[in-house]
Amino acid sequence: MSLDISFIGILIGSIMASSVPLILAASGELITERSGVLNLGVEGMMIIGAISGFALMVITDNLFIAILGSMLSGVIISLIFGFLTQSLLTNHVATGLALTIFGIGLSAMLGKNFVGIPGKEFPILFLSLRESIPFFGPILFGHSIVLYFAFALPFLTNYFLKKTKLGLVVRAVGDSPVSASNQGINVILVRYCCILYGGAMCGLAGAYLSLIYTPQWIENMTAGRGWIALALVVFATWSPIKVLIGALIFGGITILQLHMQAIGFRIPVQFLSALPYLMTIIVLVVISRDSRKIKLNTPTSLGRIFYKEK
Amino acid sequence: MALYFFTPFIAIILTILGGGIIFYILGFNPIESLKFYFITPISNLYGFSELLLKATPLCLIAIGLSFCFKSNNWNIGAEGQLTFGAIVGGGVALLFYNQEGFYILPLVIIAGAIGGMFFALIPAILKTYFNTNEILVSLMLVYVSKLLLDYLVVGPWSNPEGFNFPETRQFSDSSRMPLLFEGLRIHAGIFLALAAVMLSWFILYKTYLGFQIKVSGLSLKTAKYAGFKGKTMILVVFMISGACAGLAGVGEIAGPIGQLHRMISPDYGFTAIIVAFLGRLNPFGIIFASLVVALTYLGAETAQIFLQIPKYTGQVFQGMILFFLLASDYLLFFKVKILNLKKNELRH
Repeated sequence: MSLDISFIGILIGSIMASSVPLILAASGELITERSGVLNLGVEGMMIIGAISGFALMVITDNLFIAILGSMLSGVIISLIFGFLTQSLLTNHVATGLALTIFGIGLSAMLGKNFVGIPGKEFPILFLSLRESIPFFGPILFGHSIVLYFAFALPFLTNYFLKKTKLGLVVRAVGDSPVSASNQGINVILVRYCCILYGGAMCGLAGAYLSLIYTPQWIENMTAGRGWIALALVVFATWSPIKVLIGALIFGGITILQLHMQAIGFRIPVQFLSALPYLMTIIVLVVISRDSRKIKLNTPTSLGRIFYKEK
Repeated sequence: MALYFFTPFIAIILTILGGGIIFYILGFNPIESLKFYFITPISNLYGFSELLLKATPLCLIAIGLSFCFKSNNWNIGAEGQLTFGAIVGGGVALLFYNQEGFYILPLVIIAGAIGGMFFALIPAILKTYFNTNEILVSLMLVYVSKLLLDYLVVGPWSNPEGFNFPETRQFSDSSRMPLLFEGLRIHAGIFLALAAVMLSWFILYKTYLGFQIKVSGLSLKTAKYAGFKGKTMILVVFMISGACAGLAGVGEIAGPIGQLHRMISPDYGFTAIIVAFLGRLNPFGIIFASLVVALTYLGAETAQIFLQIPKYTGQVFQGMILFFLLASDYLLFFKVKILNLKKNELRH
């Protein structure tokens, strides 16, 4: 196989495409976690987004409704998590796990009649530019609108957290809910909003898989991407821009595997698949040892239950 | 306190009602469907033995997890510890694939427990010496262990006469758990689970270690003030938890499966977390909870046959149980608040 320049362009384009669900889900989860809530239900919310998006596409034949519906379904399912953890003060870890288990089960039930139905072609933008410009064409053009949104999202998230007042509120709630509450901020409300936003992004990430990336419905089609997204947030040490870099690395590993399999490379693919998880553990160890670094972006109250005494 | 052990029953009833509603929405007769789900599977001896077969690993893992959860250590990687235990135990069984002998099964079992223990030590050591979050590390390791198993069964350990199927050789009879009854799959592993229940009750309620675990769970500050060796305790609870998960893994591969392949566990390690909560981290509560949750696995299989719905429905029920259980805990919290109010009123 020749490694010519246009092939590398196509390769980078496919790495970008495979990193989209990771960027979307991780950016959503990042906001949730920055508000101090650890939602382990990413995988469950993604798979619910995937089936609702696909089902709505089949029923309404309208991709816009399908995308919007997948985000809404992510919001609805994350509302369960929000209600339990914020209003009923349940343990974040247990509730999140329950959400993932429930979501995978429910999606399979809902998707029973949608297995084997072919998907619809999703419109891609600037197709002619993709063909005409060598190398940069496949990288910059010929993608779906969701991909462009996903690549803008980390920058928007960064701007939101660092430059806006609302972003400051989210960070304050995550770092010190008690002081934030004393400042008159409604901690529970802020956390609710962040959880629902996370749900919407995970729903969209799921819909990207079932409508654009591999346009069909397969049981359990998220295949652990939710857990990788969760790892990604930690890997990125809760910084939105690093989420983008990390997603490209993790997405790149996935694509690399396929190509290495194709050319019969001798490294077992399983070791490559395990890399994102191992890298995340290493990053965790490094940031946890150095207390200054961990204080920089880690939400201090992550996963702790907050309630206001009345 | 009575309410504390009563709410799991409320959660179960609400889950059954919720399941009925879901079946109704999907266009099935709810009563009929629930009957297929919860009664048909255990209406004969074979079904009942299958229930015990599935409850065994759940009970074992949940017993181990109760040590971690009671002491505020969030080991959620039991699935990984189960897998790694099965890999190590299975490796020993494969060493003896063409030999027979009474000593083989004990070796396999011990190897499995050590494998699980070792794998649980990774998040424990990282937590104690590097201050790393054990939730995330134990979770990440689940996928590492599953990929390792995948590599082994398609690569170096795959059956040389197996036509490239992703599975190892069959274990020899001496590596297999003895069956308890002719024609049923239930095996001696159930005694391991029962022994774990007894032992954990003894450790938790009758020893100094158990006392330390409970105090650390209630208040880390108190534990520190009392001078408990926090680090050692973290390592010990993770080792107990990992060993139990490893035993559960060995019970599966040396029991009903008899070889290593990709699908050695239908997420027992994750579901056991639900079992541990439903059983209120109490050894005897966990026996009961493991039977209830095992029934959701079994019911899903029956419903798949009779109603042609995917067996993932079991997970809908499992998720709902945990949702309702966690939600009903609010009642407890609420009650505490009411009591406090009354106390305050008295004071005034």
